[in-house]
Amino acid sequence: MVNVGKKSYSPLGILWIIVEYVSLIFFGLCAVVPVISCVITAFKTSEEYQQTNVMTLPESWLNFDNFTKAFEAANMGRAFLNSVIVMVCVLIVSVILGTQLAYVLNRFKFPGNTLIRNLYLFASLLPAVAMQVTVFNIMSALHLVNSLAGYIIMMCGTDVISIYIFIQFMENIPVSLDESAIIDGASYWTIYWKIMLPLLKPAIVTSCILKGVGVYNEYYCANLYLMDKKLHTIARCLYTFVGPMGSQYNLICAGVIISLLPALIVFILCQKQIYSGIAAGAVKG
Amino acid sequence: METGKKKKSPMQWARSRKGQQILISIAFIAIPLLLLFVFTYLPFGQMVKFSFYKMKYTTPADKRVFVGWKNYLDVFRRDDCFGALKLSLFYVVGAILQLVLALYLATILSFKVKGGNFFKGLMFFPYLISGIAIGFIFKFFYTRGFVFDTILQWCGFQLDNLPYWLKDQKINNWSLVATSVWRYFGQNMVLFIGAIMSVDADLYEAADLDGANKFQQFIHIILPSIKTIVTLNVILSITGSLSAFEQPYVITDGANGTGTYFVIMNEIAHTSQKVGLASAMAVVLLLIIFACTILQKLFFKYIFRDAESEDESYAAKKARLKAEKAQKKAQKGVA
Repeated sequence: MVNVGKKSYSPLGILWIIVEYVSLIFFGLCAVVPVISCVITAFKTSEEYQQTNVMTLPESWLNFDNFTKAFEAANMGRAFLNSVIVMVCVLIVSVILGTQLAYVLNRFKFPGNTLIRNLYLFASLLPAVAMQVTVFNIMSALHLVNSLAGYIIMMCGTDVISIYIFIQFMENIPVSLDESAIIDGASYWTIYWKIMLPLLKPAIVTSCILKGVGVYNEYYCANLYLMDKKLHTIARCLYTFVGPMGSQYNLICAGVIISLLPALIVFILCQKQIYSGIAAGAVKG
Repeated sequence: METGKKKKSPMQWARSRKGQQILISIAFIAIPLLLLFVFTYLPFGQMVKFSFYKMKYTTPADKRVFVGWKNYLDVFRRDDCFGALKLSLFYVVGAILQLVLALYLATILSFKVKGGNFFKGLMFFPYLISGIAIGFIFKFFYTRGFVFDTILQWCGFQLDNLPYWLKDQKINNWSLVATSVWRYFGQNMVLFIGAIMSVDADLYEAADLDGANKFQQFIHIILPSIKTIVTLNVILSITGSLSAFEQPYVITDGANGTGTYFVIMNEIAHTSQKVGLASAMAVVLLLIIFACTILQKLFFKYIFRDAESEDESYAAKKARLKAEKAQKKAQKGVA
């Protein structure tokens, strides 16, 4: 009874606590050191970069020259604009299409319902990179290559996870809500627009964050379909650094840091939603 | 129901409940299905068809040469294609290490630790960085005499004894696998934390009172309750390893024997323009992935009967609710 108020630690317990913190600190460091080294280098002048070891701290933490140089060299302003356009369009379209599809699949019983679900399930198994072998052919045939609109349409078309998130969430919205609305004379559109969409808000936030991060970071298709320099998205424009600036790591690191700042800000602001989104997306993903 | 059989003007039909339901279903489903067809099933069909032809993207349809199964035989005959599949084994090992690590850290973070959220954030953040940025970060990280070498020198290693992390064929695939682990272990960890948190907290308290230590709690409480999600992730990591692409693509571009199956396929398709062969490669890999998925289903069906039966009761409940709903509707229809 003596021990009830105060927890006593056995030697083994103390050892375990030490092991816990050592592991956390070790793997935490592993996770940040590559990024930190990039930050350090991004603040160095070219001479400093050539003369000092990469892990030596820069002379001045206020040397933003590399950032402005990288920003101009890779035309990142334009790229940010493009990324924002792509993200906004893809998110709006895929939320509308996704919630509508989920509404129909979840609320109405009709022949082909299971078939459609299975078509999506099957589609989720196909790896995107493999599909691009022939999607490329179709994009060319539809004259969608080298156009922002084409890229946006393609990104909307290959969206499976968010549909699952919507369907799952909708299963928890009681059908009685629909029924009472029907009795009140509401049309199905009203039910979707006035009842379902507002109730789906958490699911919409989750899927927007997941999809937003995905779209922001997508570079393989952007590389394939957006050749024109004016159309580059942020992820795509980092490729600019591959060629002539291939060894000027102080510039490259600055570019990398600029590109991941938005993700960092969103992450700090919406940690909770991101974590729960990961869990929701994984159930069927 | 009877009203449906009577002849009605289209306008009347459109105003009836049933008519409205059909109209809205079509309106809501048409565009997503069209997109699904154009960007998934049409390319899928083309892929199967192209895999029997020798062709380039620019070859007009009537100039494509039908070659039968030759492309498929080539996939297995050519060293660069089939050999690349063996590289997946590196990624499988990496993926398993990653799962163990994620599970370990998730267990630590599920109990009360100081700064737990901070560490969780640190370890998760790499998942949010774009593949191309990761490529640059790790090219820099592994370059001779740069970040990684410097850290190892701090730990007492001599630079001369260290290999070239991205060039030495003995080690370079492990370097890339490590990058992949670095990127995804935090995501796995968050997933597992979610699963562990959903375990009833009373169980831990009871175990604490009974004097069980954390290891015992892990074996007897945590592991059994999250075995489904762990197994699911093990199987997903196998298919993920087969399609490993980003790390070798952006860091080494497949040089020095690091070209995984997809890197080779991408090169064959978009650089050498051998669309037929690339399609055959894609189809072969898809078949392997399907096989894994079927195995997964069987595995869950026969090994995890318990979990499955829960699902069944859930499905049964849903079916019952649906039936009730249908009944109500029918009643309304009669009234």
